Amino acid sequence: MRKSLIPYLLIAPSVVFLAVLFLVPLVQTVGLAFERDAAWSFGNFSTMAGDLNFSDAIYNTFRIVLIVVPLQLALAIGMSLMLRHLQRGRDIVLWIWSIPLGISDLAAGLMWLAILNDRGYLNSLLFSLHLISSPQSYLTYETPVALLGAIIIAEMWRATAIVLVIVVAGLQLVPKEYAEAAGVFGATPWQIFRRITLPLIKPSIQTALILRTVLAFEMFGIVLALGGRNVPVLVSEAYTWQYANQDYGVAAAYAVVVMVISLAATLVYLRVLRTPPEQRT
Amino acid sequence: MKRRSLILRSTLLAGLAVLGGTPRAHAEDLVFLSTQLRPIEEATKVREIILKGAPVKPVYVVDEPAPFTVRLQAELATNRHTTSLVGALHGELQPFAPTGGLSPLDDLAKQLTDRGIPDKLMALGRFGGEHQLYIPWMQATYFMAANKQALPYLPKGADINALTYDQLAEWGANIQSATGKRMIGFPAGPKGLMHRFFEGFLYPSYTGGVVTPFRSEAAEAMWVKFEDLWKTVNPNSTNYNFMQEPLLSGDVWIGFDHVARLLDALTQKPDDFVTFPAPSGPKGRAYMPVIAGLAIPTGAPDPKGAVELIKHLILPATQIATAQAVGFFPVVNAALPPDLSPGLKLAVSAITATQGAKDALPSLLPLGLGSKGGEFDKVFLDTFQLVVLRGQKPRAVLDKQAESLRKIMTDTAAPCWSPDAPSIGACPVQ
Repeated sequence: MRKSLIPYLLIAPSVVFLAVLFLVPLVQTVGLAFERDAAWSFGNFSTMAGDLNFSDAIYNTFRIVLIVVPLQLALAIGMSLMLRHLQRGRDIVLWIWSIPLGISDLAAGLMWLAILNDRGYLNSLLFSLHLISSPQSYLTYETPVALLGAIIIAEMWRATAIVLVIVVAGLQLVPKEYAEAAGVFGATPWQIFRRITLPLIKPSIQTALILRTVLAFEMFGIVLALGGRNVPVLVSEAYTWQYANQDYGVAAAYAVVVMVISLAATLVYLRVLRTPPEQRT
Repeated sequence: MKRRSLILRSTLLAGLAVLGGTPRAHAEDLVFLSTQLRPIEEATKVREIILKGAPVKPVYVVDEPAPFTVRLQAELATNRHTTSLVGALHGELQPFAPTGGLSPLDDLAKQLTDRGIPDKLMALGRFGGEHQLYIPWMQATYFMAANKQALPYLPKGADINALTYDQLAEWGANIQSATGKRMIGFPAGPKGLMHRFFEGFLYPSYTGGVVTPFRSEAAEAMWVKFEDLWKTVNPNSTNYNFMQEPLLSGDVWIGFDHVARLLDALTQKPDDFVTFPAPSGPKGRAYMPVIAGLAIPTGAPDPKGAVELIKHLILPATQIATAQAVGFFPVVNAALPPDLSPGLKLAVSAITATQGAKDALPSLLPLGLGSKGGEFDKVFLDTFQLVVLRGQKPRAVLDKQAESLRKIMTDTAAPCWSPDAPSIGACPVQ
């Protein structure tokens, strides 16, 4: 009896820690979202849905996530496959590729702002190459395509590394012999990738996608730094309602929406990318 | 069993030690929490110059407006008070007025009558109620600054100290046709103070009010004019939070902002800039005075010390030192010395010109809105976004936003404030 309790005691601190600092605020947030004038109500949600930025925030968030996440996954798989073929210096390359992991969202946003603003490095470079004669704007409400492109590039730069690290770890578990055997039977490199490598790293892809998608729905710093009020996304709207408009209920409603979307995305990934136990390596 | 309870108990004890063991830095010190004078240089000046010779030595702590509100609310909600004195803008103190979060300072206000704080200023500290909830601390306003390179393009016959909004638009258009660039800037970024421009400058200048004439024909005509003016405004304006930055970098030549958000440009390059009052419209040259106040939270640990500190902070000598050190101006009767730095002189001249303009129309900060202040600002920002940035027809937008505005006014029952005509009960939106 005593022995069987020890594992529970050992994990107790982390469970308590999470419960106190995650579950309690979560319950409070949900409570706040459904409360108005001290009564249960959907008022916060109708205020949120009626706001002029709500549909834009939903549209922008999904647009960025649907563009960024697949691109990042493709890029990460490509990079990790290339990494496999390196004979020497793999660790150095991997280390350099994962540098952006250590940089905060907002810091990355500010860095790209320094590159892309009117007097930024990009314009200086183009000017010194005589490609432009005066500063070009990329980040205004008049240039929505360039602004979206800038956010996507910055997100790719910052967050591809997390997908890469997970995919690399997954690839390392795949024995090289499988590919060699397939080669002996005349499989092309594409066939090997499509029929052997990809199915074997599916669990890692699932993990990477869940992590990355949930984080992408929570993107904030980069969008705020580059787009300001021009590109409302769900979390920046939550921030605006909390701090500028000082309506905590509507901010909580946004938080609940973000949470529901993240949960739904996670469930979809768990279902679609399910690996039956008998297929696991 | 015994061992388990021992483990549990020691775990609990360890947890308690972690939670309660952090020493609360000198609980006996008087904490002075401020949302103003936050940058490290300014905070140092507060500690070393402004608070020098104070009867009580406080711990001067600064916080951004949002965490400030959260901290104060948390202290009030949990009844665990650490802050004895708060210094914040009128609008930041406002949410605490209706909830009883600020102690009445009526006696102190009476004692301070000889300091020469103007009655209108003192009245702001009552938020339209009976009790004095803050004592005015320092004041400022918004004005315009222009790079001297822009001066040759001023419309013919225009007096820079008596500009109209039409002339400002013409000025911008002149620059645009000569240089190909849009050189007027407004602080319409996420942390900019654009809403104050609408509430305190544009609306009263064109309509003579803010709330009552919100959807009037004059307001409709105003938005059409402003859309026109916006054509000569730098499109990066929706990213500008502090106009001193684009003014210094030369991205814009003409900018409107709060004195504290222009002062860096003026002090760094006083020879490059001129300052002047905001333009006028058909109803006058409206401007919004900015008031920071000193208040004592309900349940403060050291209210007596806080009262002593307030008395020190609004001594004429302290007020002059404050103006010289950080560029906020006296609320009491105190003459500024003539040896101000050139940047401060530029600021003072614009503020004096604004207050002394023949057609000056002071428009007060929103009064009596309580925690709805943010939503009130949102009405103006949303109207701006829909009409100017998204190009929707002003009539429809104004009618729809007027509904939101009317709801805020009836919910808070806030009576009209100047320059809207006084009302009995909630300020009506016509």
